[in-house]
Amino acid sequence: MGYCPNTPEEIREMLAVIGAESVEDLFSPIPQELRAKSFELPAGMSEFELMGIMREKARVGGTDIVPFIGGGIYDHIIPAAVDHLAGRAEFYTAYTPYQPECSQGTLQALYEYQSAICRLTGLEASNASLYDGGTAVAEAALMALRVTGRHNIVLDASVNPLHREIVCGYLASLSAGVVEVAPAGCASDLERLMGSISSETAAVVVQNPNFFGTVADFTALAAKAHEQGALLIEACYPVALGMVKSPGEMGADIAVGEGQSLGNTLSFGGPYFGFIAARKRFIRNLPGRIVGETVDKDGRRGYVLTLQAREQHIKRHKATSNICSNQSLCALRGMIFAAALGKQGFADLATLNYDKSQYAQGLLSAIKGVSVLNPGASFNEFTLALPKKASEVVTRLLDAGVAAGVPLGSYYPGMENAIVVTVTEKRTKAEIDALAALLEEALWN
Amino acid sequence: MSMYFTKEHEWVKVDGNQATVGISEHAAHELGDITFVELPQMGKVVKQFETLAGIESVKAASDIYSPVSGKVVQVNDKLEDAPELVNESAQDAGWICKLETADLAELGALMDVAAYAEYLKGLE
Repeated sequence: MGYCPNTPEEIREMLAVIGAESVEDLFSPIPQELRAKSFELPAGMSEFELMGIMREKARVGGTDIVPFIGGGIYDHIIPAAVDHLAGRAEFYTAYTPYQPECSQGTLQALYEYQSAICRLTGLEASNASLYDGGTAVAEAALMALRVTGRHNIVLDASVNPLHREIVCGYLASLSAGVVEVAPAGCASDLERLMGSISSETAAVVVQNPNFFGTVADFTALAAKAHEQGALLIEACYPVALGMVKSPGEMGADIAVGEGQSLGNTLSFGGPYFGFIAARKRFIRNLPGRIVGETVDKDGRRGYVLTLQAREQHIKRHKATSNICSNQSLCALRGMIFAAALGKQGFADLATLNYDKSQYAQGLLSAIKGVSVLNPGASFNEFTLALPKKASEVVTRLLDAGVAAGVPLGSYYPGMENAIVVTVTEKRTKAEIDALAALLEEALWN
Repeated sequence: MSMYFTKEHEWVKVDGNQATVGISEHAAHELGDITFVELPQMGKVVKQFETLAGIESVKAASDIYSPVSGKVVQVNDKLEDAPELVNESAQDAGWICKLETADLAELGALMDVAAYAEYLKGLE
């Protein structure tokens, strides 16, 4: 968009046309008390000066800090191909692909994205992306209400607490109830989850690995849910799917998740994308856009938006959801990331995460007074019990340039001394060793 | 066993306490090629003129309203794979579902074949 300031001469001409004496005169109908007193804008500066200020702000914002924080958003390597291809003008400037006759590139990319999500999750039908991981979980819950015609969601409290808040927010204005099931330690309480399923339950919502980093097998839970006519929704971490059993393999009906870890930068919280995939028989209840493959009149392969009768521009208030767009550019980055890695690349990446995380677990739990609360199956995250209040320890380590993890106290009362530590493939042995040394010092010196 | 019609172009045929429901040939023709019928859930309870099912064609997505009150006891699952049955045989093989119904007095609010034919003329 061009920035075209008005010259004083142009302003005079325009005012003359509408019969106002001055700009002040033009705004005079707006009461004084409703007018901005000052925009508090500093004086103009040169591009060079401005870049200096922006660089300084970016530095203070934390890009120098070594992150061992996960909790839903992860610091992974992004191959150069992602920036290069996603930055191409054909993708970068294109908006929503309504018209297949001029959007084949974008449509095909989204179709490939959907194929990648289906292969990762082990399910048959994916949409063209949602806004983020949290809203994806909420959309899955709404979808289960539509599919089953029931009004009750059983929610494992070891699902990301921020995502649970979004689910409850979405359902609050509907006549739907949410039953939260507290975890048993750092693991999902499978027995209580199964016991909470009734003939009124639309779906059980779980997460793998869960917020504490614990990996579980929900196969039996899926079977139990199906016995009662309910669905299993599994929120998952796509990078972990290079190693852990997929939602499809466990019998989940809907898989959702935060897509950031697939080729998107941390960016201080967004924009990211959410993904959702389901069994084929539920495709008409999937929210949002879906790209399909078809043939043109000469029999050549082509791509179009499909099943649009579910969507808002056709069905208005009866649409399957209020999602009328998607996160094309972020999803495209996810697709390029997935394609650049390939099946073996995903397996290798997952192994690197697991190995480094195991190394860190061994080192940190050797510190006096520190223990791992979920020493069983995990991926690249685990929960530590510290001998001190975790939030204070984290603050102290931040001053030393290390973000040690997510303190759990504000999400799980009673776990004030617990912290979730994440170790991705980007963390070096030297950084992990430094974390251990800093933690020991913060606890005992 | 006579057929009755609604102003929204659904039909119903009652046999004992069982009512078979579909959309009229006129409606099927107006919708064009039908691509999907959203069948109701078994056991769904509806009141007369409430939304019962949905139908999508190449032209439009519409609701199907229930001509009578009742409970869904059977759905025409052939429509899942062959929605075009509604175009081919809207008032017979293209039926949508069967309801268990009790209140035959509700038929009084509907049109018989002759009245519906008149009604269609009025729409032209």
